[in-house]
Amino acid sequence: MTTISIIAILVTLLIVVALAKPVGLYLAAAFDYGSSSRLNRVFGPVERLIYRISGVREENQSWKTYAASLIGSNAIMIFIIYLVLRFQGMLPLNPAGIANMEPSLAFNTAVSFMTNTDLQHYSGESGVSYLSQISVLVFALFVSPATGLALVMAFIRGLTGKAAGNFFVDLIRALTRVLLPVAFVSALLFVFMGVPQTFEPAAAATTLEGAQQTIARGPIASFLAIKELGNNGGGFLGVNSAHPFENPNGLSNLLQILLMMLVTTSLPFAYGKMVGSLKQGRILFVSMLVMLIVMTGISLTAESAGNPVLNALGVQHSQGSMEGKEVRLGEAQSAFYSVITTAAETGAVNNMHDTLTPIGGLVPLANMMLNTVFGGMGVGFVNVLMYAIIAVFLSGLMVGRTPEFLGRKIEGKEMKLIAVTLLVQPFLILVPTAIALATHPETISNPGFHGLTQALYEFTSSAANNGSGFEGLGDANTFWNISTGIVMFLGRYISMVTLLAVAGSLAIKKPIPESSGTFRTDTAMFGAVFVGIVLIVGALTFFPAVVLGPIAEQLTL
Amino acid sequence: MRIIWVTLRTTFTVAIVCCLVYNLAVWAVAQAAAPGKANGSLIENAEGQVVGSKLIGQNFTEPGYFHGRVSSIDYEANGSGSPNYAPSNPELLKRAEASIAAWKTENPDVPVSEVPIDLITNSGSGLDPQISPQAAEAQVPRVSKVTGISEDDLRQMIEDHTQGRSLGLFGEPAVNVLELNLDVQAARK
Repeated sequence: MTTISIIAILVTLLIVVALAKPVGLYLAAAFDYGSSSRLNRVFGPVERLIYRISGVREENQSWKTYAASLIGSNAIMIFIIYLVLRFQGMLPLNPAGIANMEPSLAFNTAVSFMTNTDLQHYSGESGVSYLSQISVLVFALFVSPATGLALVMAFIRGLTGKAAGNFFVDLIRALTRVLLPVAFVSALLFVFMGVPQTFEPAAAATTLEGAQQTIARGPIASFLAIKELGNNGGGFLGVNSAHPFENPNGLSNLLQILLMMLVTTSLPFAYGKMVGSLKQGRILFVSMLVMLIVMTGISLTAESAGNPVLNALGVQHSQGSMEGKEVRLGEAQSAFYSVITTAAETGAVNNMHDTLTPIGGLVPLANMMLNTVFGGMGVGFVNVLMYAIIAVFLSGLMVGRTPEFLGRKIEGKEMKLIAVTLLVQPFLILVPTAIALATHPETISNPGFHGLTQALYEFTSSAANNGSGFEGLGDANTFWNISTGIVMFLGRYISMVTLLAVAGSLAIKKPIPESSGTFRTDTAMFGAVFVGIVLIVGALTFFPAVVLGPIAEQLTL
Repeated sequence: MRIIWVTLRTTFTVAIVCCLVYNLAVWAVAQAAAPGKANGSLIENAEGQVVGSKLIGQNFTEPGYFHGRVSSIDYEANGSGSPNYAPSNPELLKRAEASIAAWKTENPDVPVSEVPIDLITNSGSGLDPQISPQAAEAQVPRVSKVTGISEDDLRQMIEDHTQGRSLGLFGEPAVNVLELNLDVQAARK
């Protein structure tokens, strides 16, 4: 690791910090129903046309109808995606002659893309046609983050006692005001950096040594932009952003990192604006940034030290661990990308996580287990607010006061819903991991402790809707397709319903005025309590599994 | 139910905008403004024959060419991937030892201590088009001996095809193996 590579990472973080507040204020305005702002004048005409064609009425929904619209629409869309994948072989725009997807894989893929996970048990070059890529998959790449944004906006409205809003209006606004414009501009930037955007079939080349090389390509740039911006992470090509077409140089790598962080780091500020106190958002932003920097530090240290087994061979190893990494990106930008992609629950990879050093692989795993280091589009910040409420609740218990959050009492009903949400995640990760290890050990490709981590990582990634994987895992079979499909679905929608219920319950409570005894949620003290709660809950839940996996592997190297 | 009907109609409109219009608009601008890049940065030789892509590595085994990184898929670019060996996997050590043994027979003049680690490790994509400048430098004596091109000329070619960090900061300096070998091929004749 050189000084330049550390400076590059610091510069990247500075850009992320500089963008967060303005983007957050923009988001708050973009989803404000009351305003007769410039935004409504710019986007209004197009949006009203879309509402008319789609039959959307611009009226507030009840909390139950909002939740039902969200789940119902997503379920129907999953079914449509499933159908297209099942019959892609017979549909047009399939120059490579790719066959229909088999049922369990089509189920997995449809759920995976619609839940913002984008776990892929197929390879883009051979598993899906151009039509599937640009129609149903790109469709999901747009709609799943839009769903996440709608959720977070409804949730914050609930915290401030407003009506939920209208799910379809929020969905369309997320597309027209955020995702489409940014994706379009960044897709073009990616093209200028060297990412292909073509409908020509694979190119045929005769190499210098006379061999035939078939070079897969396609409309990659448009896919890539929304893959990163929407915290989706599903690659057009098999190895995702490690592929030189999907990440040609250091600049494209930078843009991908910025896109992954753009919306999720801005949400604390959007929240601050919407609840009328930017300080409320700022303290959460700073707390998460501190966690991100610590994670980055650990990962960089581990990866730059390299693999002791290979270093012992006597080669020059100043580059750090290079197995599974690309030369143009190098160890530092690869390790950094792994931290970002799991913090923002994107799941795009620019190096193979399976070959990360044990501690370098533990950091992404920890990011997904905690799921509060910014987190994915919308859902991540809702999860963060849930932990903030837990922090308030526990602090209240310690001093013997009824806990309040933003002037609303946190009572038994809300805490029961939150407790359920909190318990679902470890259940979805640890139980299936145990089942997989007991019943399908033949799908584990690496021996020893690392094998356990492979299964643990797959379900952690599914439950957190991340989508990266320890790709040596033999996951292209019915067991893994169905099991991770179910975990992704439950991991996404259970918490959405329970937390919308929390918001609905808080929305109708009468606000109580702040007093000298109120536990303030905009102070550094609260930030520390918040981080403490996140780490304690995470450690209590996952420490045993982590000791048996990556930590044991590190100790035996 | 109303939700179903609205969902189906919304799906239709969103598909038109996000799938049809968005993908095609990016495609149209890309093909008009940067057709070479948009079609995969393909490289043609003097006869107009496609010899590869600037961004995609290819397999070099002849001693007269610079060699790229280890690829478990032999640079077959209709796919992509790596063997995903864990750091603790004994197969990884076995493969690396074989690479080092091969190095010793092919490059008797350059000791293993000068071989950078990117030459004995599998890239993430299996298609890495580049190697580190040190990895190219370590191969100069062998290529010079086989091709008869002077070491200084080869070093100049390496410099010509070294891509620095983006904006001087992001990523690592890297040498494009295919472009370098095209120069080697031309100088040989």
